[in-house]
Amino acid sequence: MSIDTLSDDQGIKGWLTSESPESRFHAQMVQLYAGWQSLVANRLAFLGFMIIVLLVLVAIFAPLLATHDPSLQDLKATLLPPFTDGHILGTDDSGRDIWSRIIYGSRITLFIVALVAFTAPVFGLLVGTVSGYLGGWVDTVLMRITDIFLAFPRLVLALAFVSALGAGIENAILAISLTAWPPYARIARAETLTIRNSDYIAAIQLQGAGRLRIILGHIWPMCMSSLIVRVTLDMAGIILTAAGLGFLGLGAQPPSPEWGAMISSGRQFIHDHWWIATMPGLAIFIVSLGFNLLGDGLRDILDPKKAQS
Amino acid sequence: MPSSENTMPKDMPIALNIQNLNVYFGEGHEKFRAVKDVSISVAAGGSYGLVGESGSGKSTVLRAVSGLVTNWDGTIAVNGETISKKREMSYCRTIQMVFQDPYASLHPRHSIDRTLSEPLRLHKFDNIDDRVNQALVDVGLGTSFRFRYPHQLSGGQRQRVAIARALMLEPEILLLDEPTSALDVSVQAEILNLLSDIRKKRQLTYILVTHDLAVVAHMCDEIAVMSHGEIVEVMDVQTMRDSKPQHEYTRELLEASEGYQAEA
Amino acid sequence: MNKPLLEVEDLWVRFASKKRVVEAVRGISFSVGRERVGIVGESGSGKSMTGRSILRLVRHPGQVDAKKIHFDGQDLQALSEKEMRDVRGHKISLVMQDPKFSLNPVMKVGDQISEAYRVHTNASKAEARSRSIEMLNAVQIRNPERVYDSYPHEVSGGMGQRIMIAMMLIPEPDLLIADEPTSALDVTVQRRVLQIMDKLVQERGMGLIFISHDLNLVASFCDRVIIMYGGRIVETCRADELQNAKHPYTRGLLNALPDIHQPKDQLSVLERDPKWIEDPSVDAFL
Repeated sequence: MSIDTLSDDQGIKGWLTSESPESRFHAQMVQLYAGWQSLVANRLAFLGFMIIVLLVLVAIFAPLLATHDPSLQDLKATLLPPFTDGHILGTDDSGRDIWSRIIYGSRITLFIVALVAFTAPVFGLLVGTVSGYLGGWVDTVLMRITDIFLAFPRLVLALAFVSALGAGIENAILAISLTAWPPYARIARAETLTIRNSDYIAAIQLQGAGRLRIILGHIWPMCMSSLIVRVTLDMAGIILTAAGLGFLGLGAQPPSPEWGAMISSGRQFIHDHWWIATMPGLAIFIVSLGFNLLGDGLRDILDPKKAQS
Repeated sequence: MPSSENTMPKDMPIALNIQNLNVYFGEGHEKFRAVKDVSISVAAGGSYGLVGESGSGKSTVLRAVSGLVTNWDGTIAVNGETISKKREMSYCRTIQMVFQDPYASLHPRHSIDRTLSEPLRLHKFDNIDDRVNQALVDVGLGTSFRFRYPHQLSGGQRQRVAIARALMLEPEILLLDEPTSALDVSVQAEILNLLSDIRKKRQLTYILVTHDLAVVAHMCDEIAVMSHGEIVEVMDVQTMRDSKPQHEYTRELLEASEGYQAEA
Repeated sequence: MNKPLLEVEDLWVRFASKKRVVEAVRGISFSVGRERVGIVGESGSGKSMTGRSILRLVRHPGQVDAKKIHFDGQDLQALSEKEMRDVRGHKISLVMQDPKFSLNPVMKVGDQISEAYRVHTNASKAEARSRSIEMLNAVQIRNPERVYDSYPHEVSGGMGQRIMIAMMLIPEPDLLIADEPTSALDVTVQRRVLQIMDKLVQERGMGLIFISHDLNLVASFCDRVIIMYGGRIVETCRADELQNAKHPYTRGLLNALPDIHQPKDQLSVLERDPKWIEDPSVDAFL
């Protein structure tokens, strides 16, 4: 039977678009492929996706792409404009190659993005769903704490945390995560409030499932899509916050080629040597744009209402 | 107050006995009694219908019995045992429920396989694969549906999955909350036939809630009519077929189900 | 009396997506006089789309094509969007299933009804108010003054539906399209609403298109019935002869219904014949 369906529907593609999958793995692959197809169909989202893939590739192959050592100073070749002496994007005030610094800087950016993306939303999701599903005093306590965090502007709160913890990239990430989770908790709670009264939750309750199982196995998957969209859209802001902390000297410390710190050190030369601040600025702009485009597209792709029709 | 005692088959044990059930919504000033002093008893293997219009409290009775609504008083006894508000795990293997809207009662992100196997895993059943396949065959879907997702199914197919899910734990009593009101008439016929077959095969007890008198007349032996949270009349199905109900409201419902009369 | 009010010929409604074109309505022709015409069908039969397409209310990306949509001698397809707005509500009204989505939640009920009246008549505010209250009275709303000054969320579903009907009827339309207008209502309210529509047809000579899935209701309420399946008309007959319908689809639907007075062990299940989709649409002219 399985061989028949394979040959009927042209090999792999038929297998991936099968209407009646034959195993759990097969079903997951079909779902993944359908998601992939709608991503490809949405051109802007796909562009965003490609930018992020590019960022990852650049970070992985940084040693191959960089033309110079990013921290090697060459005081004979300071403040060179782009395309001189093999410096594609010129050099900064210490004679370091800007192109190579941006390439290596992508690793720092990716590090920040990955860490924040895997801590803040998960924590926010946990707080929000527990709060929304259990209700009562648990809800009140958790939401008031969330409100306290929400009451401060993100950068100011991050600044306060970093000053308390000490400057440095790890503390910057920690500070960003600490300030980023409350909106996710709010979204997750709002979603949970509508989901908890639905019939499919009632059905699993009647089958004797415990609270933790319902929250993790039944409510989380329903909150996931709006959260993924929100996180992707927030990534631009997170990169900017990290850059802002770097700019203020509270994030990555001077020799490390963090993009925000690079802008900061280029600021004093901006009138005569525009490229020093502009090039890392462009890098931040492109990556932020990539995340924004992807987030916008994911909102269309993952919207459960659309998926049902 | 009409009594249900005289129409009960005397020899059958009582599967579900509800006495003076009150269900409340809201608190304080807003507190509202949605179900008022409802008493019904359902014989084991019987099929009991609760009829009424929207807001009559008929679904709320089911939700109190199933444990989804906890703000109630009165007594609910299943197989002679009075049950408390906190339900035991074993209660899930006695009573299960099928919901009204098959588009809302299946988890949209879970495959049919997961929906059907999860209760088995929760209750540590063995042979999960075989049981899931058998359940799909029993509700007339076949095993090819096993790894699909709800959005790939029609309304009728989804309701079959929902029925299969309710049967996974092999309950004795099935609560049916308007199981066909969201479906087209031709699909309704299929689902009602399926429910009749399953009841015969497994000797289940049904409590069916609906607003459709024709459905309740087709499915049930005994019928209670509810209005504004109260039972206004209890009758056997023959009384209804002969159009001889006692209560004015029941007559009105019966008349409306026949269609439109210009000079009413 | 027998001159048709609405004539529709070869009506198509298509939804085109990148992958395929879905044809919701496929070349149907019918006419409506000053009578009650019921359109019956299951979900996906195209019955709702038929009603919406007459008023040009099919949402993007839906595409409506017809050889002819004439209302009272006027070619509706030739009208501009502005002229169409004048037809909507003034000459043809649409009552939909769920009142909650049709009433503006931030506007008082009465103001919405008055506005519907004033848009088409240039009546003064006071005049519109008294006319609106009169209309609320006509749909048997007790205490119409109080309802006039309440917001949609303050009224019950059944009352909301009656308010909708009052709003649709106040400009005295010549044709009313009612899409499942009573399926969300309790039986007593349902009967009242049907009576109001009945009266308008009998006394004022309004035309009524009554879209429903309820065979019994349509058979007892309407003059003529159009049965739709797969975007086509499979059969049309006088409503009181629906029990003797010939088409296997109609027969199948009738047999699938449980009957209070004639119990049967098993309900007969509708066997769908792919041929029904292919068969040409039946014309349902007066």
